[in-house]
Amino acid sequence: MDDFYRELIIDRYKNPQYRGSLNPADISFEDENPLCGDHIHIDLRVDDEGVIREALFEGRGCAISQASADLLMEKVHGMHVDQVKRLSKQDILEMLGIELGPVRLKCALLSLKVLKAGVYGLGEATDDLVEE
Amino acid sequence: MAEAMAELHPKVALDVYKIREDFPVLGRQVRPGVPLVYLDSTATSQKPASVIEAMNAYYRQHNANIHRGIHVLAEEATAMYEEAREKVKNFIGAASSRQIIFTRNTTEAINLVAYSWGLSQLRRGDLILLTEMEHHSNLVPWYLLAERMDLRVEHVAVTAEGVLDENDFDRKLAMGPRLFAFTHMSNVVGTINPAKTMIAKAHQAGAVTLLDGAQSVPHFRVDVQELDVDFLAFSGHKMCGPTGIGVLYGKRELLENMPPFLGGGDMIKKVTLGAFKPNELPYKFEAGTPAIAEAVGLGAAIDYLNKIGMDVICQHEQGLVRYALERLREVEGLRIFGPSAEKKGGVVSFLVDGVHAHDISQILDQYGIAIRAGHHCAMPLHEKFQVPATARASFYLYTTFEEIDRLVEAIYRVKDIFGV
Repeated sequence: MDDFYRELIIDRYKNPQYRGSLNPADISFEDENPLCGDHIHIDLRVDDEGVIREALFEGRGCAISQASADLLMEKVHGMHVDQVKRLSKQDILEMLGIELGPVRLKCALLSLKVLKAGVYGLGEATDDLVEE
Repeated sequence: MAEAMAELHPKVALDVYKIREDFPVLGRQVRPGVPLVYLDSTATSQKPASVIEAMNAYYRQHNANIHRGIHVLAEEATAMYEEAREKVKNFIGAASSRQIIFTRNTTEAINLVAYSWGLSQLRRGDLILLTEMEHHSNLVPWYLLAERMDLRVEHVAVTAEGVLDENDFDRKLAMGPRLFAFTHMSNVVGTINPAKTMIAKAHQAGAVTLLDGAQSVPHFRVDVQELDVDFLAFSGHKMCGPTGIGVLYGKRELLENMPPFLGGGDMIKKVTLGAFKPNELPYKFEAGTPAIAEAVGLGAAIDYLNKIGMDVICQHEQGLVRYALERLREVEGLRIFGPSAEKKGGVVSFLVDGVHAHDISQILDQYGIAIRAGHHCAMPLHEKFQVPATARASFYLYTTFEEIDRLVEAIYRVKDIFGV
């Protein structure tokens, strides 16, 4: 169990490094998990080549959802938006380094869902963005 | 510690260890060496062997469709289904079994009232009074109706303590609601509302009353005639019965004047092409083949609860909640939501500073402890408390004081892991 709450996750939950907002931002998106009220807002600055130069998030929720968002923001720095579109559930699980049951998986994937809905320019974030 | 525990443990006539033997699932380990500590009975209760056996026996020996067949099995099945209705009638002190309508659950029972009574009796601009303490199942059906019929909706405020604000109740009754629908016991903070007084006041104001008994009927004696309530809704699965069966009780004259809710077989007296004549109560509201085995299971659950005694169960839970509040108050940085023990049933919602409710639940699960984390289908109440979610431990007749000790120990482990 102590594996589940790896030091990394507790640490990034308590001391996030990419928490904040960007104004103006090139891409902003937010959503929440209706089951538990976890909430994530993401702001991105993207250069002319489509490369993410800055990425910050705001949110509230459990350690998994918030640490996942913080790690994801770190991961996408310098990434091309086309690469972001290809990020999957598996990438998040590898990033977190833990196994998750179906309920907590939703917590972990909320930030990716928000991020992908943002870069695709969708009206709403749907589960099929992170299911494969 | 031991002394403090002895003081807090009440002298009750309930042998919890003997009761636990009646519930097969309570004997299991959730993981090798980790026994189950089930503290989520507010979501659904566990089932005694007698309920499981009754449903099994129904399918093994009697299964047939009811009310129609003229053969032994059909007659037996019909008798068993109607016997269950009779047990429900006696359990809640109804005058007639015709006033007992089987539904799927509390939610469906409330929707039945909204669509049948509401659509036929309410008019544009009418006021529906609810409370801020309600489960979504006693909010959303009314919001849907309000949207459709252009009704007004008001809510009785909840105080910071987690009880209904009496003055606000009086103020809103003075606005002349046609209906007052409220919960008997909060599924989040456990507050038991003084239903009898509130119903009397609502009647004086000219309102029809609906009581959500999902959390009360399983835990203490509820007598519809004593309460003088117009409608009572509750679920079988929270009272040792199976899922898929619930009950709507209604006053005879109200039910008689209500049009059918769902159409189909069994709810009609006569059908000609293009027209129908509805059946009598309660069948008017029971369209299609009902949950027969589940009704039989609910009947067995009522037998079981009666054998133990509702007053004894209530007393046991009172002891548990007093003890739980006492122990949880020891934990630094733990915030408890809701009123003191004498105003509530066996439900404790809490948060640990710096830890989300989901994380509490996840870590507790590693110790075999099943609690609920989330908004417990009561988002407006959580908004009131200004928290997105809470952790909730809830108790029933099979809960032990040792299980509460295990809960508290595991909460200390949560604090260790999060360093708070």
